[in-house]
Amino acid sequence: MAVIRDVMPAFELFQPATIDDALNLLDKHGSEAWVMAGGLDSFDWLKDRIKRPSVVVDLSQIKELTGVKEWNGGIEIGAMTTLTDVVRNPIVKEKFSILATGAESAASPQIRNQGTIGGNVSQDTRCWYYRSGWKCYRAGGNTCFADTPTAINREHAIMGASRCVAVNPSDSAPALIALDAKMVIRNKSGERVVDAENYFIGPALDIRRMTVLLPGDLLVAIRIPSTWAGAKFYFEKVRDRPVWDFPLVNIAAAMKVNGDNIESIRMAVNGVAAHPVRLTAVEASLVGKPRNAASADAAGQLAIQGAEPLRHNGYKVPLLRNLVKRAIRGVEEAKWA
Amino acid sequence: MGIIEFAKSPWGQDVPIHIFFYLIYVAVIAGLTFFIGHVIWLRYFAKKEEFADSTPPGEVAKLPAEIKRHSLPARLFHWVQAGAMLTLLFSAFLPKVGVRFEWLQWHWIAGVVLTVSIVFHIIHASFFMNFWSIWPDKIDIEDAGRRWKRSQGEKAPAPRRFGKYPMENKMYHLAIVLAGLSVTLTGFFMLFRIRTPLFTRNSYMFGDMTNGLMYTLHGLAGVGLIALIMIHVYFALRPEKLKISRSMVYGTIKREHYAEHHDPKRWVAEAE
Ligand SMILES: Cc1cc2nc3c(=O)[nH]c(=O)nc-3n(C[C@H](O)[C@H](O)[C@H](O)COP(=O)(O)OP(=O)(O)OC[C@H]3O[C@@H](n4cnc5c(N)ncnc54)[C@H](O)[C@@H]3O)c2cc1C
Repeated sequence: MAVIRDVMPAFELFQPATIDDALNLLDKHGSEAWVMAGGLDSFDWLKDRIKRPSVVVDLSQIKELTGVKEWNGGIEIGAMTTLTDVVRNPIVKEKFSILATGAESAASPQIRNQGTIGGNVSQDTRCWYYRSGWKCYRAGGNTCFADTPTAINREHAIMGASRCVAVNPSDSAPALIALDAKMVIRNKSGERVVDAENYFIGPALDIRRMTVLLPGDLLVAIRIPSTWAGAKFYFEKVRDRPVWDFPLVNIAAAMKVNGDNIESIRMAVNGVAAHPVRLTAVEASLVGKPRNAASADAAGQLAIQGAEPLRHNGYKVPLLRNLVKRAIRGVEEAKWA
Repeated sequence: MGIIEFAKSPWGQDVPIHIFFYLIYVAVIAGLTFFIGHVIWLRYFAKKEEFADSTPPGEVAKLPAEIKRHSLPARLFHWVQAGAMLTLLFSAFLPKVGVRFEWLQWHWIAGVVLTVSIVFHIIHASFFMNFWSIWPDKIDIEDAGRRWKRSQGEKAPAPRRFGKYPMENKMYHLAIVLAGLSVTLTGFFMLFRIRTPLFTRNSYMFGDMTNGLMYTLHGLAGVGLIALIMIHVYFALRPEKLKISRSMVYGTIKREHYAEHHDPKRWVAEAE
């Protein structure tokens, strides 16, 4: 962990009251501006003096960005809605409980009271080499300090590594991908809506960013269509401690069954790559198959195809395989073989 | 701002990590400035090209209408190299100016193609072509001096006709050799630092300083190549050079052009 140096470097603080004002500020200050939501990730960076923006745009005063409302049979969640409010929302609980479970598994109650859903999906990786300020690839250098023979890389990626082996730490992200959520992004030139699975990006596409957001962009809302409302859901997070700990690996699955057969399924995992991974091959292999131990076994095997563990994170391979099995067949069917 | 960006290594050393990427723009501006400068030079200052001797008309008539300049393997090498080089430049620098795509796989594959084509070229040029025809010789250097003096209005004998390649071709080749070998040699070692099906990844072959210097040289040669390639394309498309450029497609130049600009004694015939 980086040493908290407490005194933040000076920056100009803006607290706009409307989305438009925020967008104007972000447009004006471009890459010099830092968007701040709940501040839980932001203050780490600022207090550690590793990120030194000259402008901070604090979204906390923008009322339009908070709350959950009905949208086209589904829901729209304002980006500044706290994780606690997402967890407690009756529609989320009733129709999209996987999101409530995912969000509730994040961090601790205090952090969820302050941390927002927009911040949770946009937070940076927890790779400590990067967060300690080493000039690694992600920080603009030419080395991955986590991918050396002596590196401490127990929490790092087992797939999708392209030079950088950091992972995405969000617990709400796989749930949103399983629910086929849409991320509503605005900047000065307009609005675009991006599928949740495409919101997150890996180092091959842009090694300096975790999401498609560019300077000037603001995530304003997350829309969850009604498609998967009330489906069979599975969320599981494996972590070192039961509270206040990031996922080692988590999994979210939404499934529709017809009798014993799987009619359709969406499944995503996090903690295994720099972006949450939607398991499309696994999904395709399961459609029309019976929901039994054999299908779960085959799916688990398929999920780990191409996994390339580092020195200390080989355990993530069976972990991923078994989480996939459990997501399909349930806890009792999975074996640690 | 500077040319090289430095960072602290885990051992507290200041090590170079790569070039500052604004140099991409510097290279593009340098290329454009060269175009403008050259056009002005040609338009207002350059004197008509004159040579000390020429092939008598009777001899010219005996030559075939088309004179072989580039063999098929040489042309193929040129176009493969051009494709690889452009892919390398675009995949390296577009992401730096904000175009997002999975550039690394394009880059390393093009790098491997370029390296293999260069190895082929070295073997081909050493054993199947007249190796020395592309390197500036004593006459080229003397004639460059004569041209310069004449362009300044000083008295100097007219320069002699070229061998197979004019002096500017030779100078350009020299620059490409330096920049091309810098990027391919450094690129070869950089290949070990990423995951490819070619080798087992090993990013610890060199220390932080050597790696940093390698990235820096790769970057400097890379941005240099932006300007060099721009200049190359500019010359290839200039109307008076099209007669030579077409030989990179068809393999030949016209007999008249050959007789006027090239000295048959200096242009040693090559094996196919
Ligand atoms: C000790 C600790 C433990 C944690 N454990 C977990 C865990 O187990 N699981 C988990 O999922 N999370 C965990 N978190 C993360 C936490 O839940 C927060 O979600 C996260 O820190 C960011 O939320 P925030 O609202 O505070 O955003 P901020 O910290 O303010 O912002 C985070 C990033 O997102 C960007 N951002 C925020 N909102 C927007 C927006 N609307 N548009 C554009 N960009 C935006 C910011 O610029 C910043 O880069 C933990 C955090 C801490 C400090």
